[in-house]
Amino acid sequence: MAINKNRFMLLITILMCVSLLFGCSSSTGKGDSKSGKKTITITYRDDGIGEEGTLYKWIKEVSASYPDKTVEIKPTPIQASEGDYFAKIALALKSKDTAPDIVTEDTFILNSDASAGYLEPLDGKLKGWEDWTNGSFIEAMKKGVTASDGKVYGVPYNTDSRGLWYNKDIFKQAGLPEDWKPKNWDEVLDAARTIKQKAANDVVPIWMNLGKATGEATSMQTYEMLLYGTGERLYQDDSSKWIIKSQGILDALTFIETINKEKLGPPLSKVLNGQAGNTSSRELLPKGKLAISLDGSWITGNYFDTGAAPWPEYKDVLGFAPMPTSKGQEPGSITLAGGWALSIPSNAKHKDEAWEFIKYALNKENTQKLVIASGNITVRADVAKDPGYTKMPFNEIATEYLQNAEFRPAQDKYPEVSTQIQSMVESVTTGTSPADALKKYAQDVTRIVGADHVVEK
Amino acid sequence: MSSLTVHLPSKKRKTYTWLYFLLPSIAIMLVFFIYPILLTFFYSFTNLALTGESAKELKFIGLDNYIHMFQDPTVKVSIWNTLIFLFGSAVIGQQVLGFLIALLMKHKSKMFRRVIGTIVLAGWVTPEIVCALCLYSFFGDEGTLNSIISFFGIPGITWLYTVPMLTIILANIWHGTAFSMLVFQAALDDVPREIEEAAVMDGASKWQNLTRIIIPVIKDTITTNMMLVTLQTLGVFGLIYAMTGGGPGTSTTTLPIFMYNQAFVNYQLGYGTAISLLLLIIGVVLSLFYIRSMK
Repeated sequence: MAINKNRFMLLITILMCVSLLFGCSSSTGKGDSKSGKKTITITYRDDGIGEEGTLYKWIKEVSASYPDKTVEIKPTPIQASEGDYFAKIALALKSKDTAPDIVTEDTFILNSDASAGYLEPLDGKLKGWEDWTNGSFIEAMKKGVTASDGKVYGVPYNTDSRGLWYNKDIFKQAGLPEDWKPKNWDEVLDAARTIKQKAANDVVPIWMNLGKATGEATSMQTYEMLLYGTGERLYQDDSSKWIIKSQGILDALTFIETINKEKLGPPLSKVLNGQAGNTSSRELLPKGKLAISLDGSWITGNYFDTGAAPWPEYKDVLGFAPMPTSKGQEPGSITLAGGWALSIPSNAKHKDEAWEFIKYALNKENTQKLVIASGNITVRADVAKDPGYTKMPFNEIATEYLQNAEFRPAQDKYPEVSTQIQSMVESVTTGTSPADALKKYAQDVTRIVGADHVVEK
Repeated sequence: MSSLTVHLPSKKRKTYTWLYFLLPSIAIMLVFFIYPILLTFFYSFTNLALTGESAKELKFIGLDNYIHMFQDPTVKVSIWNTLIFLFGSAVIGQQVLGFLIALLMKHKSKMFRRVIGTIVLAGWVTPEIVCALCLYSFFGDEGTLNSIISFFGIPGITWLYTVPMLTIILANIWHGTAFSMLVFQAALDDVPREIEEAAVMDGASKWQNLTRIIIPVIKDTITTNMMLVTLQTLGVFGLIYAMTGGGPGTSTTTLPIFMYNQAFVNYQLGYGTAISLLLLIIGVVLSLFYIRSMK
């Protein structure tokens, strides 16, 4: 009797343990809707405006006209600050249960995600796509989506350049030229100082993204625009080493320090959070509360009727000056170019259907709709010639800056180094001396890339 | 003799029965607690990253993560910030304030206790993230606090940027004090009235009554509460992350925030796990210290 009772207990125990495991089983059949249609999910970054967002509207428009009605295109945005998006993407791509069928990848992280095995090489598929092989895509733009193994991991859909946006009305009030073209950093600082003296108290003289929360915008629009303007680079191609100490780094950080010390920049409470990019482009600039903004060519996309902050007067009020090199040395001005691509994750469920949709979504008409709505620069030569595209204000000038454009190092460690740049910039912004911030940067980058891959200058 | 034969198996059965009852919870502990800790321990010796080559092929890098941790100035800053946050919001704030509220409410009318108790509890029942957003809008540039002081003609202060540590400490006090208050209320109710009355008869002052009678009687509750509150505060993440994100700079970067930043912002999962072990060790050391002082 006692033994029987023991066995009974054992049985109950086993049953309870097994029942625990039921919670762990995954649901199957996800990704296909009840109507028998295949669901293709597209993941992109939603910066907080949901269905008002350009990408959302574009995906809806393109999927409505998509001829293959056996598939359903479903936007699955990730709402995150620029800094958080890429980590969330990496986590989603790791598992078959969470990977979308199509993902928007910033070209800076594409190489890294490709080496992590998250993305599907597209070479085989691209061979059979006429648009890709007949020169419709600008050849230089294909480099941005080619990883270090020589394979292509995405189809680019836009690119961009960077420069100094300025408000001509404020410049006029402060007695500065409306056709402004600073020749070196001192002239930029002098303009900011004049504005601080002469413009209203609540006008921010110059805005640069300075926090960790703005992620890549801080690295690229601020730090790299400054660093490359000193003639220095992040990475030495010939020796394959990361530069962890140089006069250029110190000069760039000193510029940031000056802006903050003289209170020429944005208040910390506005610039150090994830919404900072929207604050400058969608609030301060249209309201005439910001004089100069070191930002990307795409910000005008906000000001269209369909944009997040409609501002019809932007064409006349805004100017777009090239960012000068530090002392005006050759080539005189500098810009960095980036861009985004559509990629297919290795863990995607419907790779072929995803590819068919990408081909349709990034044909001439649809690409054109997207770059015009978002205010970006096109990567397709045929769109670049189209009058519908060329008549957009600032497009010509932004494209012109691209001629001297520099690109971020196509290195798989770049995204990890980039986050250290953001920490370094934020620490200088909050009062750390450039020398100390540089020391910590050198230490952290050395740990990430290894002591054999760094160099001091 | 017969009684012996009946007795033996029942005794034997007893020794095993507890194991059967415990097995489900042991299984849960193994799967959800021991296994992740072992995995964390393992990953902390690797270069595991969220993206890039080391996301695919992780390498064993020995003690590199730990060596770096001791050289990393931000680790020192984070430990220091964690201790300030812990001391300010848990030890001083929740513990002392909770005790004071409970003490002041002792022997007061039911109505009074109910009203005050409910107000204090409001902070405790509010979910952490809601609480963070409430206090974010309270301390924000155009927030409630600045509106109030500007009414008196005092210019607004960017609280979250000028005194960030103070704001998160106050937030955590507001959020957590009710727990200590409830614990101390229960303990104070158990202090025998006769002893207090006897002391008063002997001419003890209120202060003597507090320090010589009440505190010694509830000593164990104080230590237990201290341990619970400390461990809770050590792990606070959402509140700080939502209010200041660990910034500006590193001024509110506590260890949980630093760990998150390394693992999910800087993509360094291996290094992040090493920091999480450091946090675990700090928690264990503090717990042992409290348990010791209870004996």
